[in-house]
Amino acid sequence: MPDFEPVLLRRIGKPECQTLAGYRADGGYRTLTKALNEMDATKVAALVKDSGLRGRGGAGFPTGLKWTFLPKDHPGPIYLCVNADESEPCTFNNRILMEEDPHQVLEGIILASYATRASTAYIYLRYEYGKAFRTMQKAIDELYANNLLGKNILGKEFHLDVYLHRGAGAYICGEETGLIESLEGKRGWPRIKPPFPAVEGAFRKPTVVNNIETLACVTHIIDRGIDWFKSIGIPPDSKNPRDAGSYGPKLYCISGHVNKPCCVELPLGLTVRELVDKYGGGVWNGRKAKGCIPGGISMGIMTEKEFDTPLDFNGPGKVGCLGLGTAAVSVFDEETSIVDVLGNICRFFAHESCGQCTPCREGTGWMNKIVQRMQAGKGRMEDLKVLDEVAKNIGIMPGTTICGLADGAGWPVKNAIQKFRGELEEYIQKGQKSANLALVGAH
Amino acid sequence: MGILSNTLREKILQYLPRYPSKQAVTLPALHLVQDELRCVPRAAIREIADLLDLSPAEVHDAMTFYQFFREEEQPLGKTRLWVCRSLACALRGGEQLLGRLCQKLKVKPGETTADGKITLEFAECLGACEGAPAVMIDDEHRMNVSPEKVNELIQELGA
Repeated sequence: MPDFEPVLLRRIGKPECQTLAGYRADGGYRTLTKALNEMDATKVAALVKDSGLRGRGGAGFPTGLKWTFLPKDHPGPIYLCVNADESEPCTFNNRILMEEDPHQVLEGIILASYATRASTAYIYLRYEYGKAFRTMQKAIDELYANNLLGKNILGKEFHLDVYLHRGAGAYICGEETGLIESLEGKRGWPRIKPPFPAVEGAFRKPTVVNNIETLACVTHIIDRGIDWFKSIGIPPDSKNPRDAGSYGPKLYCISGHVNKPCCVELPLGLTVRELVDKYGGGVWNGRKAKGCIPGGISMGIMTEKEFDTPLDFNGPGKVGCLGLGTAAVSVFDEETSIVDVLGNICRFFAHESCGQCTPCREGTGWMNKIVQRMQAGKGRMEDLKVLDEVAKNIGIMPGTTICGLADGAGWPVKNAIQKFRGELEEYIQKGQKSANLALVGAH
Repeated sequence: MGILSNTLREKILQYLPRYPSKQAVTLPALHLVQDELRCVPRAAIREIADLLDLSPAEVHDAMTFYQFFREEEQPLGKTRLWVCRSLACALRGGEQLLGRLCQKLKVKPGETTADGKITLEFAECLGACEGAPAVMIDDEHRMNVSPEKVNELIQELGA
C-alpha cells in the first residue's frame, strides 16, 4: 500500500510542537474558530455522525451516534469525560498524542464540547502518564490565557472549563462508568447500564465519555470534511446493514518480539502481517512469529497463520477474536510458550478485576491459579475444560457481569484453548514448566 | 493544628471549584497528601473527610480500592520505582529486570530499601511498550532498561 500521509502524527518532532504558538502557526484552532463562527452545535454534531467516526478506545461505538443519546433541550450541565486512562496492555498511542501534540487533542475536546453542549470537560488521565499530565496542563493554561477556554471563548456565547483529573493505577477506571465513579471520588466500580452515561453519568448529569484518539479525529473531520474522512479506511460490508464501516486514520501500536516496536498511523484495514513486517521491522532475532495479541490483550490471541487478517472493526472477529480493540499488536515468537503468554494475561486480569461481580472476581482468580499451576508443571488435562468453561461464562456478553473486563479476561483463554490446544495438551502431558519458574506467582 | 499543614489544606481546597461535588476532590486530596507525607495516615484521612464533608470511612473506602495509596504503617521511600510486568515488557525481559532489582536492592516488590531511598513496585502495563522493558520513576517513564542498566539505575536513584 502506498505510504500514508500522517494526519494525527503529522506535527510530531516539529519545533514548538507542544506550544499554542506552534500549533497556531500550523493552522491550529482555525477549525474551532470556523466552527464557532459559522456552525451551530447541531451542525458540528451532525458532521461527526455522518463521518462514520467510531470510538478508538476499544469498543468502536459510532461516536456521533453516542452523542445523540444526550437528552435534547436538557437544562444542563452536560459533561464530557475524556478517557485518557489508556491501560490496555500493549497500548500507548494516546500517550504519544498527549505528549507530542496536546493542542490537537484539546481542539478536538473543545469542538466535541461545543457539539454536545458540555460545559465542563474532565480529562481522566492515568497517573502513570506524568509527562503527558504536565504537557497537557501547560497547554490548558495557555488556552485559558488566550481566550480559548473559560468564559466567552473567542468572544462567543460559549463557555468551557477543562480539568485534568489524575487516576491512581486502576485498569477498571478506563471503563466508562468505572471512570465516572472514580471521577466522583469513589472506588472505580462500573455501574449497571442502563442508565447509560448520556442519560445519567457524572454527578448524575448527562455525560459523554470519549477516547483521546477519537477526539483528536474530530478536528480533522470538521476541517477536512466527511468525504475526506470516508476516503480513508474500509467502507461497510454491503451485505451487512448493521456494519458501520471502518473509516479514518488509525494509530497502530506494535510491540513485543519485533525489531522496531513503535506507533504508526495508517488507514484502518491493514493486516497484522503488514504491520509486523513493513512497520515493525519484522520478527526479531531472525525468528518466526508464533502468534500475537491483536488489539490489546482483551481481544484474544491470533496465530501466525491468521496474520493476514485486516485490522479494521470487522477483521479480527472473523478469526474468533473479540474485535479491533485498541489496535495494539504485540507479537510473541516461536520460542515463547503459549502458557507463559496466557499466564501473564490471566495474572493481569485477576489483579485488575474490581471484584464487584462474582463470576469475574472468582473466575479471573481461578483462571490465574490454574494457569500458574500449569506453569509449575502440575497441569491436568481437565484444566483445559475448566478454563474453557470459565472463559465462556464470564462477561457482559454471556450476561453474567456488569462490565466487559470479564469478556476481555475470557477471550484470550478461549482463543488459546481453541487455537493452541496441541501445544497446551503437550505442555500438560509432559509436565513442562515455565522458562521463568522462579518468577511464577512471585508477585 | 492537625497533621495537614495549612499549605496542604489550601492546596486541597483549591480543587473544590472544579467539581459540583466535594467528594470528587477525594483522589486529588489523597495524591497531595501522599506526595508530601509519603503515605496517608489515619489522621489525614479524618482531616480530608472533614474538608470534603465526607465520613472517614468514605475516604478510606476510595483510598483502599486504589492500591496506589499507602497506610501509615507502610510509608513510601524517597523514590518509587515501578517495574512493568505486563505482556509487552515481559516478552522483552521485564520479569527478569524486576527479579534482578529485587535481588540488588534486597527487597520484595512493595518494600522499601533499608536506607529509605527506593520503594520497588511491580506495575501493570505502563504504556511505554515501544521501550520495553520499561520502568517508571515516580511518575515518569524510563524506557529500554535492560538488565545491564540496573546498576546504573540504582546508583542514579541514590542507593
